Amino acid sequence: MKLVIAVIKPFKLEEVREALTGIGVQGLMVSEVKGYGRQSGHTEIYRGAEYVVNFVPKIKIEMVVSDDQVDKVIETISGTARTGKIGDGKIFVTGVETAVRVRTDERDEDAL
Amino acid sequence: MKKLPIFLAGGLLLAASPVLAQDAAAPVDVPGHSLFVFNTLLFLIGGFLVMWMAAGFAMLEAGLVRSKNVAMQCTKNVALFSIAGVAYYLIGYLIMYPGDAWIIEGWFGAIGTAQLEAVGVAPEDTDALDYASTGSDFFFQLMFCATTASIVSGTVAERIKLWPFLIFVLILTALIYPIQASWKWGGGYLDSELGFLDFAGSTVVHSVGGWAALAGALILGARKGKYSADGKVTPMPGSNLPLATLGTFILWLGWFGFNGGSQLAMGSVGDAADVSRIFANTNTAAAGGALAALILTQVLYGKVDLTMVLNGALAGLVSITAEPLTPGLGMATLIGAVGGVIVVFTVPMLDKLKIDDVVGAIPVHLFAGIWGTLAVLLTNGDATIVGQVMSIVIVAVFVFGLSLAVWFILNMTIGIRVTEEEEMAGLDASELGLEAYPEFGKGSQFV
Repeated sequence: MKLVIAVIKPFKLEEVREALTGIGVQGLMVSEVKGYGRQSGHTEIYRGAEYVVNFVPKIKIEMVVSDDQVDKVIETISGTARTGKIGDGKIFVTGVETAVRVRTDERDEDAL
Repeated sequence: MKKLPIFLAGGLLLAASPVLAQDAAAPVDVPGHSLFVFNTLLFLIGGFLVMWMAAGFAMLEAGLVRSKNVAMQCTKNVALFSIAGVAYYLIGYLIMYPGDAWIIEGWFGAIGTAQLEAVGVAPEDTDALDYASTGSDFFFQLMFCATTASIVSGTVAERIKLWPFLIFVLILTALIYPIQASWKWGGGYLDSELGFLDFAGSTVVHSVGGWAALAGALILGARKGKYSADGKVTPMPGSNLPLATLGTFILWLGWFGFNGGSQLAMGSVGDAADVSRIFANTNTAAAGGALAALILTQVLYGKVDLTMVLNGALAGLVSITAEPLTPGLGMATLIGAVGGVIVVFTVPMLDKLKIDDVVGAIPVHLFAGIWGTLAVLLTNGDATIVGQVMSIVIVAVFVFGLSLAVWFILNMTIGIRVTEEEEMAGLDASELGLEAYPEFGKGSQFV
């Protein structure tokens, strides 16, 4: 099992969610986050004074998927969330030891 | 139940009589008095429109301060308007309009309280049957005095203590404003000797408020964190741009009373047509100011800055205030547009000088006010360069100097600034113990 964490542009959330549902991903966690990457935010002007917006609003989605699903998931997210412009986001993948469905005590892939 | 028939009878009587105010006597139609009636009406309508500008200032400022200071900004606005009302009645009105009773001819008016005409005054007992009622004149002029005070509160927002600010307002509305206003509108020396022209107060009202605000900002210092040691400016965005927009539109509406009422007469075809010209010019000047700021911020910054557009509309209004009658629509639009340009360039300029003007009142009211006073020369052949420039300078020296002294003394004695900790927590919590938006919680209370 793998935990896939993707940080994407907020306006892409709905498209990504639909695409993931389309390839059989059955659960998704979403949080509104702020952060920056290599570009280190951007500048804005308020009443003539320039200021740096260090932390740009992003959407973080997280899902746990089976090992054989993970490549397809990465492909889908990166294909759907891509605009080709700076700030499209990142995807991280890490291993998951155990998953438990609270209602039934099912474990691991049965719990996904 | 017993009383019911009487009620019914009363109701029938009321229904049977013609439509009259409460218990008025039968109306008397005296054609010769229409001048008095129409002039009075203009003052009353103009006056309550200008009164509404107090609401405009309150909303504009509430929207442009951070949420932790909004309740305090509202408090200051309602308090200053009320102080102006009482101070102008007690002392201001007669200083400004002494008639023939100048204490120092042309320089300092009379001491005394404003007096109204008697209830149901007979035509021959009015103060000026060939003009308008004293009550309407007092009411109208009072609103201009209050406007001057409203201008100051926005500049010194977010770090000034409530009571020292209100003491300053008292001195401004009881003495500073009426004294300098008497020099022009009371028939004093700026009017009689310099031939100064200021139709509705680009200088007499707006620059005066601006000078008082500038003096306050200098003594008070910038908000903590606004300017860093290396010269960087930290933007402190306003809490509610819809409120600021509403406030601007309210001011825009009130300005028709401000400029239109300043025709001071509507009893003839010529006066009625002039008031109409003034309304139209006032509107188009505001539009010119807003459009200039809209286009300039897009070009300069790459994005439109709404707060600048709002300031631009107001600067357009201030610019046309010294002469809203003689320009045509095209010239009025241009005069307003220059006001909008002034705002876009002078807001950052003040920041470079580290003068912290929270809502942009100094660019809008002082700088555009000076421009508007000079712009009289463009369309009114009676204006002279000497008369306009000298008057701007004289009013500047008097108002700025006196305001600086008052702010300085207040600062030395009771102190005008809250502590750093109180400023961080916000004036709502530290000075009032209440918040404008308590349900937004702590997230909105810091930075």
